[in-house]
Amino acid sequence: MLTLGLFVVISFVVSLAALAALIWAISSDQFSFSQRQARIIFEPDEEGQLDDPTISPRNGRSTHGNIEPTKFDLLRSSIDASTARPVSVLIGSAVLWLVIGSAFGLIASLKLHLPDWLDTQAWLTFGRVRTLHLTLVIYGWLSMAGIGIAMWVTPRIFQAPLQSPTLAIWGTIFWNIGLVAGVIAIACGWSDGEEWLEIPWQIDGLLAIGGALCAVPLIRTAFTRNVEHIYVSGWYYLAALCWFPALFVIANIPGIFVGAEQATVNWWFAHNVLGLWLTPLGLGAAYYFIPKIIGKPVYSYALSLLGFWALALFYSQVGIHHLIGGPVPTWVVTLSIVQSVMMFVPVIAVAINQHVVVARNMWAFRASIPLRFISLGAIMYTAASFEGSLEALRSVNTVTHFTQFTVGHAHLGAYGFTSFVFFGCLYYMLPRITGRDWPLPSLIAAHFWLVVGGFSIYFVALTIGGWLQGEAMLDATRPFSASVILLKPFLEGRSVGGALMTLGHLLFAANVIAMFARGRHPASAEGSVA
Amino acid sequence: MNRSLPLIILAMAILAFATTLLVIVPKFQIGHEPAPAGLHPYTAQQQRGRDQYVALGCVYCHSQQPRTPDQAPDAERGWGRASVAADYAYDSPHLMGTMRTGPDLMNVGARLPSMGWQLSHLYQPRAISPWSIMPSYPFLFEVKDKAAPGDTVVWLPAKSAPPGKVVVAKPEAIDLAAYLIALDRTYPVPSTAIRDDGYAKHGAGR
Repeated sequence: MLTLGLFVVISFVVSLAALAALIWAISSDQFSFSQRQARIIFEPDEEGQLDDPTISPRNGRSTHGNIEPTKFDLLRSSIDASTARPVSVLIGSAVLWLVIGSAFGLIASLKLHLPDWLDTQAWLTFGRVRTLHLTLVIYGWLSMAGIGIAMWVTPRIFQAPLQSPTLAIWGTIFWNIGLVAGVIAIACGWSDGEEWLEIPWQIDGLLAIGGALCAVPLIRTAFTRNVEHIYVSGWYYLAALCWFPALFVIANIPGIFVGAEQATVNWWFAHNVLGLWLTPLGLGAAYYFIPKIIGKPVYSYALSLLGFWALALFYSQVGIHHLIGGPVPTWVVTLSIVQSVMMFVPVIAVAINQHVVVARNMWAFRASIPLRFISLGAIMYTAASFEGSLEALRSVNTVTHFTQFTVGHAHLGAYGFTSFVFFGCLYYMLPRITGRDWPLPSLIAAHFWLVVGGFSIYFVALTIGGWLQGEAMLDATRPFSASVILLKPFLEGRSVGGALMTLGHLLFAANVIAMFARGRHPASAEGSVA
Repeated sequence: MNRSLPLIILAMAILAFATTLLVIVPKFQIGHEPAPAGLHPYTAQQQRGRDQYVALGCVYCHSQQPRTPDQAPDAERGWGRASVAADYAYDSPHLMGTMRTGPDLMNVGARLPSMGWQLSHLYQPRAISPWSIMPSYPFLFEVKDKAAPGDTVVWLPAKSAPPGKVVVAKPEAIDLAAYLIALDRTYPVPSTAIRDDGYAKHGAGR
């Protein structure tokens, strides 16, 4: 009775608030959209031209006949100069954590089929190495790269220099200190013990401060912008930068929740890290760079409104599908399943916008490696989301829950989608930030093919292996050992894929280090002084 | 959309709405359930062992949440009855887990109550199950020439034992084994206890 009464009250209050918001939005003309607004990312002479700074006559990668270097107007170069330093610090840190995080991932993968390897030290046991991998790639690589890209893109779409860039540098420093402290704590066995929330809450404060210090400059920039319209990337970024601190702080407050209550908080948080943090960071980037590189606006700008708000509404409620068949109330599990299926709506909206513009410009897809990374990442977002919606169905979940299938799925989202998008963005951004060409251009294509090949092996191995593992566990006539024994060759395949991916990351890091080692081009360095 | 503030407010309102449904209402509902009479708080030693379980990351391969016979043959595997929310009344952090690279451990103490078995298995899982991919935990043990009085000597088959030496369990290993043995939720719970009943067949009890 308690819950029934609560629901009636909640739905009444929410309906009233939503009605008020709708009346306000219609009366103040918030829904009027035109393709013209989708074009605010272009300068007058940019539309219709491929814009890919990895292609330059100087490095011999000019594959498309009539590509000219993009002209920079004064305003945009001064905007880029305002973000160069904080973004460089964020990207440098992110790439470092990518390399270290991948190494831990590879060790964890190998340990699953070589269980007696590196077993003499507690900090090298599987349970810790695996957690170090997740913490480093989520809070190190993906979060910092995502914030860095957001910090570079947002001032561009607002056509205003970044406000208080020094705060953002301090934010990065705090975030890095918090991450290093958290990683050392986990290696030493000091962990909060919940998945995705292992960093001890005593250390989490540093990350929260760091995140807030990075968010403030972007929000201030939004309020000082020089354009009336906020481009779609800006919606995702503004929302994500407010969502994540709230999620992170609430989930880490100690002592409020125990037992089964804690499990709902755990998965409310963990899925929202994907849905309300990494996904908007990745989609915001894709919404800017795909049209920017091709030189054509997204297919249907009005549709992006539906995609954004449906994502916010549905994605925020899917987390409890991680507890299907578990010790939590039936209604909350069912609610999350329904919202997981509703995710088809925003995903299809985004897919139409992003894939159609690429499909109509396949010449650009072939010519530009950054576009290939980002567009492939966007396709894997569609794939991961469809797969996720199906995985939340009770019939499918019974097989895949508790198996390596879920690990493959998580990597399709966090790696195939966000990491691929971020790789492409960084290949585009760094020449613009430093004013120099990529020093080792041949490694860009090698990186692309290594991670495409490596990840294909990784995903196929875990998807097939995980499904067979799940079916074996559901068959009462087979002993539990059958599910372990059949899995081993697939775990070995995953290690092969993971090794290729790690090798790709090393090539990428070598290029980034060589780029930063040469410093910023004198001409663009002057810009930051002016 | 052309306004930052309404965008941020609406975005946060949607998150607050989701938090109410996914976190706050379930907390009220679960918090109203009393702990079962058969469930006891962890002793100091069991809690130390539980801390080891957390620190070593056992949760990443072992769940603690058997499912109903309507959904999966967990009970037939000896993993126990389907768990209910009240079974976790003393658990913080919760250790329900999301993977079954190894078997469910909700009732491992009822299934494998031998301290000696647990210690041998922690030292070298493949001494007992050659197919196992569980890590070995030699750093929870000491290899000595001769056991001292009061030492807990670990039994091992000849192929897994260090030649001419004895393996002695450190206190961490004994605590961890004590926690595993304490994992026994075989007491009865009311049929109305909170859990996901979405797989229940019509008219069938739990």
